[in-house]
Amino acid sequence: MLFEALTFQLGYNATLVTIGATLLGVAAGITGTFLFLRKRALVSDAISHATLPGVGLAFILMVLLGGDGRNLAGLLLGSAVSAGLGLLCVSWLTRATRLGEDAAIGAVLSVFFGIGIVLLTVIQTMSSGRQAGLEGFLLGSTAGMLFSDAVLIACGGAVVLALVAWLQRPMILVAFDPEYAASAGVNTARIDLAMMGLVLAVTVVGLKIVGLILIIALLIIPPVAARFWTERAGLVALIAGGIGGVSGWLGAGISASAPDLPTGPIIVLVAFAVFAISLLVSPGRGVLAAVLRYLAFQRRVHLRQGLLALAQGQPIYEKMTLRLLQRAGLVRPDGVPTEAGRARASKAMRDEARWDVVRRAEEWTGAAALYDGLREIESVLTPDQITEIDRMIGGPKVAT
Amino acid sequence: MSPLELVDEKWNEQGAESALSVRGMTVSYGESPAVFSVDATVPAGSMTAIVGPNGAGKSTFLKAVLGIVTPLSGTVTVFGRPLAEARENIAYVPQRASVDWDFPVRVIDVVLMGLYRELGLLGRLRKADRARAIDCLSRVGMDGFAERQIGQLSGGQQQRVFLARALAQDADLYVLDEPFAGVDAATERAIISVLKELRAEGRTVVAVHHDLSTVAEYFDRVMMINVRKIAEGDVGEAFTPETLQATYGGRLATTQIDQLTVPA
Repeated sequence: MLFEALTFQLGYNATLVTIGATLLGVAAGITGTFLFLRKRALVSDAISHATLPGVGLAFILMVLLGGDGRNLAGLLLGSAVSAGLGLLCVSWLTRATRLGEDAAIGAVLSVFFGIGIVLLTVIQTMSSGRQAGLEGFLLGSTAGMLFSDAVLIACGGAVVLALVAWLQRPMILVAFDPEYAASAGVNTARIDLAMMGLVLAVTVVGLKIVGLILIIALLIIPPVAARFWTERAGLVALIAGGIGGVSGWLGAGISASAPDLPTGPIIVLVAFAVFAISLLVSPGRGVLAAVLRYLAFQRRVHLRQGLLALAQGQPIYEKMTLRLLQRAGLVRPDGVPTEAGRARASKAMRDEARWDVVRRAEEWTGAAALYDGLREIESVLTPDQITEIDRMIGGPKVAT
Repeated sequence: MSPLELVDEKWNEQGAESALSVRGMTVSYGESPAVFSVDATVPAGSMTAIVGPNGAGKSTFLKAVLGIVTPLSGTVTVFGRPLAEARENIAYVPQRASVDWDFPVRVIDVVLMGLYRELGLLGRLRKADRARAIDCLSRVGMDGFAERQIGQLSGGQQQRVFLARALAQDADLYVLDEPFAGVDAATERAIISVLKELRAEGRTVVAVHHDLSTVAEYFDRVMMINVRKIAEGDVGEAFTPETLQATYGGRLATTQIDQLTVPA
């Protein structure tokens, strides 16, 4: 079942939903990256909750004008207008009053959502409103998705991505260093507003599939997961797009392969699974890698300290140090250094003396900055330079 | 020619001689001004220190000059042109504290940001651009760190990378906010030698500086601010016991002042 769903063989509706969810995931992941980097993740929650009154009002307006209240384009247009209003409220409250952005988000989110729920309740009592299915916008509802809906989502996503590509340099600049950006003539307020506008567009486009409550997950989880894999902002965006796309594709596939599995929430859970895996196993910033690095580092410190103690004939009290030296064949079980141990110890002493010269001399300032007590001097200086230092130190040459 | 045009031309000529000309700059964050009606004229090719006690409005003044904060009043002319037209001629090195150090950028990416204005929104980074960025890094002794994430560097190294980004802009006016704050001695030496190179190339340097004992050694001009401008001019003339007393009030003991302004 799942395989058929993922290869688009599970019927017309399932195929539409899967393609739509994949595209939405890519657009949301890439756009959300800039929101995440600017540390404004929660603004998207205010934006998404502020879509609801627009949905309700658009429905009422379309019915009053004698049209079909469920026209998706009309509903999305309404939701975009009220979300835009909510966004302006947040940015105005933050700028013009002493309220922090968090308080402004809380106020706008709850008030707009409240108005939206009131409107939906009113619509329930309207004769044409019973079958409106507007509450599907809360958590997404893909059952009755039309071809035109999928086209709308695809086109919206493509426009958003083109704009992101166009604005990525100023957006990264503003997120990293807003003061420098302003000094270079970038209008930071306008760039922020443009970024929020793009988030708004993704939110509106995603209402049908994941709904307004969970769209924040699709905007934020992919970049947070992607951040584990790279130290470059552009790559974070690309990887986030990939994670978002895979989440949409897998999530829609899974929900189509069994009855009564909701599409939006499953997509979010898949994205979360990717996040959890990234958190654990990514090589640079993952939890596992950090633990392993710490242990390896601890071993190096103990070995080095042990060697220096041997060279100076000092007793070693730490059990871990002794155990490591013994395992490396540098001391005998009774604590007496072996031949190899003595050689390594005197080399360690020699290197300390060399570092001492390096740290004192003006000409090696760059190399001296790399001294941390553990780094091998050969990795910083050329053999010629080391010979020169040895000449300055004098004394017997040590075999290395 | 009408009298008005004559006046205009004269004003422009004056402006062209100075790298930076500020008139009547007032900045306020609330009801009381942080900077009040400050004038400044920085000659091209000079090195100027902006000094004053904490909270005297030094950084605020710089930010207003660069348009990072909006002043209540005041005009800024850079090489005789209004600020908005002279942006590409100014390179700014902000205080280190203004940046998110966990941001996913490598050292080389930060330096390449100095080229964004030249490249435009969509201009592709070419090999030559990367080579130029590496060259700027080597001028501050950081070329071995290009691939590191910016947060893995020490404070002094981060400051040097910021300076390299400003160098990449190839500007004529360099504006630095406390470049020596919290950096190691090696970095301080590296930065000051780069700044002196810039001056030797005929460029102009303006820096907020907090260490009074090195003002005379590092800079040739000084501007002393405590909300208002107290003094401005060559270090020998403007950096005197009287101006220090006027700027710092009771915060400096008389003996300290005497030590700082030993006649050269």
